[in-house]
Amino acid sequence: MPEAEQTLPSNETEFLADAEAIAARIPDGAFVALPPDYSLVAMDVVRALIRRNARNLRLLGVPVLGFCADLLIGAGCVAEVETSAVSLGEAGLAPRFTEAAERGTLRVVDATCPMVHSGLQAAEKGVPFMPLRGVLGSDLVRHRADWKTLDNPFATNDALLVAKAIVPDVALIHARWADARGNLWIGRRRELATIAHAAKATLATVEALREGDMLEDELLAPGVLGSVYVSAVAPAPRGAWPLGVIGEYAIDDAHLLEYARRAKTAEGFARYLDEFVLKRAAQPA
Amino acid sequence: MDYAREELLACTIARLIGDVTRTAHVAVGAASPIPATAVELLRARQGGRPRLSLLHRRRGNPFSEGSRELFDLAGQGRIDVFFLGGAQIDGEANINLVGTGAYPHTEHRFPGSFGSAYMYFSARRTILFREEHSARVLVPKVDFVSAPGWSPPGVWRRGGPQALLTGKAQFAWQADKRRFRLESVHPGCSAAEVRAATGFDYDAPDSVNSTPTPTDEDLALLRGPVAVEIAANYPQFARKVWGLAA
Repeated sequence: MPEAEQTLPSNETEFLADAEAIAARIPDGAFVALPPDYSLVAMDVVRALIRRNARNLRLLGVPVLGFCADLLIGAGCVAEVETSAVSLGEAGLAPRFTEAAERGTLRVVDATCPMVHSGLQAAEKGVPFMPLRGVLGSDLVRHRADWKTLDNPFATNDALLVAKAIVPDVALIHARWADARGNLWIGRRRELATIAHAAKATLATVEALREGDMLEDELLAPGVLGSVYVSAVAPAPRGAWPLGVIGEYAIDDAHLLEYARRAKTAEGFARYLDEFVLKRAAQPA
Repeated sequence: MDYAREELLACTIARLIGDVTRTAHVAVGAASPIPATAVELLRARQGGRPRLSLLHRRRGNPFSEGSRELFDLAGQGRIDVFFLGGAQIDGEANINLVGTGAYPHTEHRFPGSFGSAYMYFSARRTILFREEHSARVLVPKVDFVSAPGWSPPGVWRRGGPQALLTGKAQFAWQADKRRFRLESVHPGCSAAEVRAATGFDYDAPDSVNSTPTPTDEDLALLRGPVAVEIAANYPQFARKVWGLAA
């Protein structure tokens, strides 16, 4: 029997004051979809979640997680991650994730990148699943009750893997601009659009607010995520730091290396939190 | 001329990628500066061919449909060569990027499978690359199969492993035998040393070749235009190998 309809929230965009107000909209236990570190990450909201002592979050990496997840895990905000990987990229392993996974204090639901994309694409189309080639024979399949195989209805002896639709409670993203209508400009980072289309609510911070309607501008429109998906937005200049916003500021490699070094121990991580998250509402400009 | 270990490995990967007329599109995934260097070397030699799609290019990323576009391209057969590594790699070319021990209770947890379980099937060929050559990495059987090295008949699979390159040696994959064959050992290593450091069994000729070293022309390109290109996306790597700032 088909699943019942889900009720989606109102599609009016609310304008909130700051990242703290966005974080207040994410309840404990929420299933939160996050973009990878090289995309547009709402780091100010991540820091605000830690300050408000968020608990039992389930993070979805689209398709992988990095620094933002490592911070949340280390601060004790996370019960589970569903992701294709957690890594700091060139800065190496994500130390708080690694320790929590090895100690068994974090549940890790291992995925592979295109299965995450396919599950979200199913959700954005409103269908229950999406098929994908490959993957069969990977041990990932044995450990995922929500990954099933299906015979190709157009051929014989052709099994396909199918991803169940993934519907996050919240898509948490950062964008360059929000206009007066609540449209966001995300540029080429279209995975943010996929997350927003699939999620029940999209919460965003932006580098800056701007006048007018970006959908009226033919050059800006292809990079826009329409306000129909955007639940609430707040300004957060340099809100992705130490991650980057392409065209605005680059990822802060030196800071990530420093983090990787300090977060190797619980004590070093605690000192990092104290210095960069708990004691200050904003980072250096 | 003296060369860095990274330069030898990049030149070897460039040879494995091979004839550019048959190689239209090479994609390089996360944290892979040496494969990226190999492709940039080919491009510097060959007037900008093959096409390189560098996933983590900081500026001018090749994709405009988000991070799923690589996988959509691969699904259609538009990716000819891809690279994968492994925390463990076994003699049947299975790779493990998840962790050691009895999953999900991992003793040593690694980042995760990334797109390997898909790309290993859908890219036309995959070059396995792992610098550490030890019995810890090259194991008889991986603890967790992130992506299998081969698939039984009836399972859709477009491509698979071509070769395994490590810091000590280069192996060719023999799909018919599902076994590696030692092709060459790098200068300074012996066949016996490679055998001792490899946890899985493999075929080897009686007399093993030495991996060719970079030519002066290769080194001039690597230290010139290639280094500049790589520094933009892998600043720490470029600083380490060529003393170059981004």
